[in-house]
Amino acid sequence: MGRAGAYPRIALGCLSMDAALARDWMRAAAEAIAAGADGLTRLDSAIGDGDHGVNLHRGFTAVVAALEKSPPETVSEVLVKSGATLMSRVGGASGPLYGSALRAAGKALPATPEVQPADLVTALRAGLAAVRKLGGAAAGDKTLIDAYGPAVDAFEEAVAGGADLAGAAGAAARAAQAGAEATVPLQARKGRASYLGERSIGHQDPGAASTSLIFGALAEVA
Amino acid sequence: MKKFINDPADVVAQSLRGLAAAHPELRVEVEEGYIVRAGAPQPGKVALVSGGGSGHEPLHGGFVGPGMLDAACPGEVFTSPVPDQILAATKAADGGAGVVHIVKNYTGDVMNFQLAGELAGEEGISVETVLVDDDVAVEDSTWTAGRRGTGATLLVEKITGARAEEGGKLGEVAALGREVNAASGSFAYALTAVTTPAAGRPGFDLPADEIEAGVGIHGEPGRRREKWRPAKELVRSALDAILTAKSFSGPVIVLVNGLGATPLIELYLIYGEVAAHLEERGVTIARQLVGNYVTSLDMAGMSVTLCQATDEMIRLWDAPVRTPGLRWGA
Repeated sequence: MGRAGAYPRIALGCLSMDAALARDWMRAAAEAIAAGADGLTRLDSAIGDGDHGVNLHRGFTAVVAALEKSPPETVSEVLVKSGATLMSRVGGASGPLYGSALRAAGKALPATPEVQPADLVTALRAGLAAVRKLGGAAAGDKTLIDAYGPAVDAFEEAVAGGADLAGAAGAAARAAQAGAEATVPLQARKGRASYLGERSIGHQDPGAASTSLIFGALAEVA
Repeated sequence: MKKFINDPADVVAQSLRGLAAAHPELRVEVEEGYIVRAGAPQPGKVALVSGGGSGHEPLHGGFVGPGMLDAACPGEVFTSPVPDQILAATKAADGGAGVVHIVKNYTGDVMNFQLAGELAGEEGISVETVLVDDDVAVEDSTWTAGRRGTGATLLVEKITGARAEEGGKLGEVAALGREVNAASGSFAYALTAVTTPAAGRPGFDLPADEIEAGVGIHGEPGRRREKWRPAKELVRSALDAILTAKSFSGPVIVLVNGLGATPLIELYLIYGEVAAHLEERGVTIARQLVGNYVTSLDMAGMSVTLCQATDEMIRLWDAPVRTPGLRWGA
């Protein structure tokens, strides 16, 4: 009882996250964005200017290259580096928003090789706070917050209920997807879609859709 | 999609190389992503830096030169520049007297310029920001990202550029820019959608007899869709929208601007209607400009901008300017 190795990590999904897993997450996010780029572009053409998929694809491709060039050794550094890369490469609103989300999340983590699900709750919350501060959007404004907010809530709830990383990530991914789909009937109040007024109703927010892909990538690797 | 391009991914860089070849009086840093006057920085002069997505040419790179901007940073097509390139442009332009960022009010532009301004501040450069939000089609700023920056951007850049050239101080130049913006209103109509190189197809479908009213400059649909009407009626509606949103009594500067694919024959026809309508309403035109200046790629459409001008603004409007996109008196 209580000796090291009593709680084996294998076969249960991931209990904690290390730098390799964080890099896998970013790689899986890049693949999901690449595969979904055309879909994001279609969503963005309806209520924006049709470049969300292209811009994020360029950014996440740069993230993967930056992480491969000199792989960071802590989760914190992986997220900070990914965020800084997105901020330098994406432009538009999504660059600063996703960039500051990942950077703030990374900075909120301990500089240890592994981080626990509870640490990730804090990090994801810090990322959400950064997005809110920079963009000034609230829940229901038809932005990525409508996917990100429910995802963090679900992640936190799962962790509080004793779920491991894989379980919490799965819950977050499902909540993000549901949140993105729930943006369809909303009228946009922030960003370029807000200029359309009532005409933005009936379309899914592209930012919420890409956030759903990023949480989906986390569930895939966890 | 049929365009004079090679690869959609290379459009911005290859166009910048062409600009550099055509205008040796500019220094074009393609990799870093900015355009600056060849002689920059000019010690002791307040520098003006603007930028935004590409696809609005000649805005902003075509307005770099004596009497107007010191530097411009073009982003990807319809995508704001990133903080790194705005910072690089700011540093390249700074002559020690501070830098004015002229920013069109779009979520992405505002965020990226804000981040760049903070970085410049950390490096000891004083930055003032002038936010341009002249598009009166966006009526409710509480429930939207606020009015968009469109045609008035040219007026702000020209008038503040002239003031900076004659030695205006940082705070004074920025205050003048805000004054020009506050005195301006714009409204736009589109006859066609835009095809961005990346999307490869039009952003929306528009039946042959319909138009979009209240469009911006990024190919997004407008505030509402309407049946096509004669130019006289469209001009009347556009001017009604501007004159309802902002009261104009004194002399105005008028900009009739093409959105990229509207021939000059139509723009002059529109200007004729604007002049006649303003005369009817007792609004005097002090100065006017007709042409393609703040464009939206290949959108067929036009915008009208009115700026209630003080004598000082008119004097600065008349001052010499020598840029690829705007040139007089020099």
